[in-house]
Order: sequence, then C-alpha cells, then structure tokens
Amino acid sequence: MIKLFSLKGQQKDGAANSKSGMGPKKASAAQLRITKDINELNLPKTCLTEFPDPDDLLTFKLIICPDEGFYKGGRFTFSFKVGQGYPHEPPKVKCDTMVYHPNIDLEGNVCLNILREDWKPVLTISSIVYGLQFLFLEPNPEDPLNKDAAEVLQNNRRLFEQNVAKAMRGGYVGTTYFERCLK
Amino acid sequence: MACDWPNRWSHLQKILERSGPYAHPDFEAGQEMLPFIKDNIKVLVIGAGGLGCELLKDLGLMGFMNIDVIDMDTIDLSNLNRQFLFRKQDVGKTKADVAAAFINKRIPGCKVTPHFAKIQDFGEEFYRGFHIVVCGLDSIIARRWINGMLVSLLRYNDDQTLDQSSVIPMVDGGTEGFKGNARVIFPGMTACIECTLELYPPQVNFPMCTIAHTPRLPEHCIEYVKVLLWPQEKPFGDDVGIDGDDPSHIKWIYQKSIARADDYSIPGVTYRLTQGVIKRIIPAVASTNAIIAAACATEVLKIASSCCQQLNNYVNFNDTEGIYTYTFEAEKKDNCSSCSQVPQQLRFSEDDKLQDVVEYLQESAAYQLRAPGIVTMVNGKNKTLYMSTVKSIEEATKDNLKKTLSELGLLNGQRIHVADSTTPNSLLFHLQLASSMEKE
Ligand SMILES: [Zn+2]
Repeated sequence: MIKLFSLKGQQKDGAANSKSGMGPKKASAAQLRITKDINELNLPKTCLTEFPDPDDLLTFKLIICPDEGFYKGGRFTFSFKVGQGYPHEPPKVKCDTMVYHPNIDLEGNVCLNILREDWKPVLTISSIVYGLQFLFLEPNPEDPLNKDAAEVLQNNRRLFEQNVAKAMRGGYVGTTYFERCLK
Repeated sequence: MACDWPNRWSHLQKILERSGPYAHPDFEAGQEMLPFIKDNIKVLVIGAGGLGCELLKDLGLMGFMNIDVIDMDTIDLSNLNRQFLFRKQDVGKTKADVAAAFINKRIPGCKVTPHFAKIQDFGEEFYRGFHIVVCGLDSIIARRWINGMLVSLLRYNDDQTLDQSSVIPMVDGGTEGFKGNARVIFPGMTACIECTLELYPPQVNFPMCTIAHTPRLPEHCIEYVKVLLWPQEKPFGDDVGIDGDDPSHIKWIYQKSIARADDYSIPGVTYRLTQGVIKRIIPAVASTNAIIAAACATEVLKIASSCCQQLNNYVNFNDTEGIYTYTFEAEKKDNCSSCSQVPQQLRFSEDDKLQDVVEYLQESAAYQLRAPGIVTMVNGKNKTLYMSTVKSIEEATKDNLKKTLSELGLLNGQRIHVADSTTPNSLLFHLQLASSMEKE
C-alpha cells in the first residue's frame, strides 16, 4: 500500500485560494482520444473527411461515395459532432444529404446501432465510418426510419432501386423532392 | 485549539495514538497525528450535493479542519429531502456557500472555504494546494476533468520514476439510486478514471427506429420529442438546445410527449418523468449517499494518517435487495490515455521549424513514429500543428512545417500531444525551448 504523508508532511501553502493562478489550459481527455482516432482514421477509398477548422477535431464532415450497391455514384455528407463525453458517449452524427434510405429519415437522423444503443468506449470514429458505409451497401428494412422506403425495399427491390436512382438524380419519389446528389 | 472540549477527539485518538494489526506498516502512531490531521491536511471536496453534504459533515467531524468545497449549483426545493445542510429559506442560494456556512457554524474550529464555481474555473496552482481530493459528483465529464488535472500535476524524476510528492490522491464516490461505489485513486500509481472508463454504465440510448416508429414505453415518447421533434420544430428558436432546468422547455416536451403517447396508447408520461428522462435523473436515495460518503471519508482518514490499509481500490455497493458489497482492484492500464503518459522532454530552439520536430520524431531511435499527428493548446485553444494522415488537415496545416516554433506561438514548457499509429496512446511532450541566443 501507498503511504504518501509522513508527519513532517509536505506543507501545502500558497495559491489554494486564488482563482487567478490558472495555468495553461490542458487538452481534455475527449480531445486527446479524438486526436488519436482522427490521426489513425484509415478510410476506405469511398470515404473522405473534411475539417472546416483543422484546430477543431471535434467537428467534421464525412463524405461517402459508394462504389457499389443501390447507392453507387451518389455522394452523401454526414456531419459529426464529438462531445466532451467522448468516448463514454457516442458522437452525434447526422446525414446532411437528403437521401431515400430505409435507415435514414428525411431530417437526416440515422438508425445505426453503434450510434446509440450499442455504443461502447472501445469503438472509434473508424467503427462509425464503416457502419455508415455498410448502411449504403446493405440498407436494412428491419429497422426502418423511413418506413416508406423500407416497405418498398422489402416488397419490390426493383422499384426500390429505381426510387433510389430517381432520388439521387434529383426528383420526386412519391410526394418528396430529393436534391440531386450524384458525384 | 481553543474550541476543543474534554474528550472531543477521543474517538479519533483511539485510532491515531496507538497502532493495530490493520495499520499500515509505516504508521507512526502518536500524539502528533491528530494535530497533523487538524492543522496540516488540506482536503478539497468537489460537489456539495447529496454526497457532498454527507462528505463535509463526515470530514469535519473526523477532524479535518481545512476543507475547500467547489459546487456550481444553487439550491433547489427538491434537494431538501437529502441535502441536509440546506433549509427552505436557502432555496436559490449557492450550495457551496450555504454548506460551508452550516459546517463552520456547527463544527467548531472547522474552516470550510466555499467556491461557487466550476472545477474548470481553477488551474494547476489551485489544485496543487491540496493533499487529498474527494469527489461527490454525478457527471463523468467532471470526473474525467479532475482526473486529468491530477494526472497533469504529476512530476517525474530524471530516471522516469514518479516523484511521489507530486501525487494527490483522489477518493471518488458515486451513487445511483440504491447502488453506489467508492474508489481510491493514486494518480500515476493505481487505476485512474480513464483506465476504467468502461466501468461506468453506458447512457441508456434507445434505438432510433424504436423511438421513431415502434414506441412501447413512455420514455420512448419523451425521447422521440427530444431527439426528433425538437430539432425539427425548434420551438424556442434556431440555435436553442434543450435546457433541462428551463421549465418552459420541459413543459413543451411534456405536452408533445403526451400527444405522442396518446397516438400509441402508452400510459405513464408525466411531467416528472419527462424531466427525469431529459436530465437523465436517477432518483437519489439518502441512505446510499450516507453510506458511500462514509466509505469515502474513512478512506480520506486512512490516506492522511496511514492508520489502516487503504481500500484497494474499488468497492461496489448495492442494497436493492439485502445488502451486497464487492471490493476489487481495478487495474491500471499500461496504455491509459491519461495516467500512462510520462511526459518526455523535447529540446528545440525557437528558430527550429516544426518540420525539424516532425523529422526528429520520425527518425530518432527512441520514437520512430510513422505519421505523427501533433496537437497542442495555444492561448487556451486547441491547435492542430500538423497531421499528415487526413488530407484536409494536411493541406490546412502543411504551411506550419515551414514556420519556426516561436512563430507558431509555442512557449517553453508547452505541452505537446503526439498521436501515431505505432503507439497505443498519444505521447505527451514538454517542449524545452531555448531562445536562439542560448543555443550553443
Ligand atoms: Zn489511467
């Protein structure tokens, strides 16, 4: 066991009452962890990141350009906001591009388990990138956020494919207008 | 002390003036111990809420006469059932001030100094002034912050061994309903908060699709309003986030949640539940706070006096059904992002360029880094000096390579963090910057 204080004790005097004695601020634990995550972000060739402010590693965009599957040829932007609770808490991720997708709603909310209920501190930004990329390869009609898209995918894959293509070219699917998002 | 009366401290003297089978091998029993506790030891209590009130009372009655307390909250009516240092007329006053005044009046000789502030308002000089820090917090972010602060106060000898006189032990208590835990952390020596981040229960997050389409619980309805409706309807303006302490926000969420619950015939949405979900409140139980605070205060006495072996180093407590406790040794991680970092010295001159630093880190036999990402803080703000692995950052920072260290605003003693895929956690460097005049 550890014994730190002897009776002679170290005297602790001095600045215990001055608020002024602020040293240089230190990087937070979340900041250090995200630096590591970002530096080691090994992106698949279909993905790239953009940092509007390189000094702020907590706020960035991820751009996914799938090269196979329903969404081949599209370009989808996600915004990431990493909080001071990271990695105890997952980052907040939203899809900025309006997309016809069973697991992404028209507001940009994303249904990906590791973004919410299955997040763990050992996961990294890379895990999320791969998770998002997988959503475009394998849209999952079982956990729908966009119910209409999920139903079409389940019942008529051909129509789903056409709807995705129509939405990516820019145009109406049903009553919803989608902006063009082809590369 | 003038305010002492016969046998005031006899309970402590029994422990401090004679040794026993459980005492630390180096325990120096004797009459000097009590005045040492009373006059020398300075304790910082963080939080003056449920745990904090108990801690202040326990520590004061145990003879700790020099205590500072930090709390950023004011007293709410709903605190009064368990935060027993506060009375109805105190509602609206600061917890730190009222708690300190109460203890100072009730325990003669005890000097509690209140700080109505955030822990982040204080710097190294402040924290260095204490022998022991005790936390009664409900926030993981705050725990991680104070942990990082105490780790950064560590000093290392030339041979990389820890200078033990720089260690400020931290005793951390936490409660959630009928469950609680207490732990003892010797920063740099035993498991720290970051070493054991996985031990904290994850936030309850319901799957997005459940919230959006298949709600079954009243909580799902409230989360629906919080996660989906609020950003869509922006009821209080574009950039206004949810403030759990603003009754008009809670009321809006409550009413929308009721409507949502009605659509799915889900009973049980109440105003209190709404507030609880939004603020992630777990009902506090006074007895759990009392037990955990007592365990923490006892550890403080043990650390200060060595009268008994310390908790090694984590105890869980649960009295949901019967009483259960379990003690285990949380392990210090070799690759902890916080406490495994022994700062290394980087010696450069003001005229050296960042490129020189990068090359040194890549080529020096001691490091051999592959693609170091280098960050620091300048004027209290994070600054990415260079990072080659991310294209957009590389482009934005490559000009820094040609700048001298003084042009980049780096100072002598600057902390520099370097991340690299060859090391399990980022490396911490202290920049030793010689002015161009001094360069030999
Ligand atoms: Zn650690």
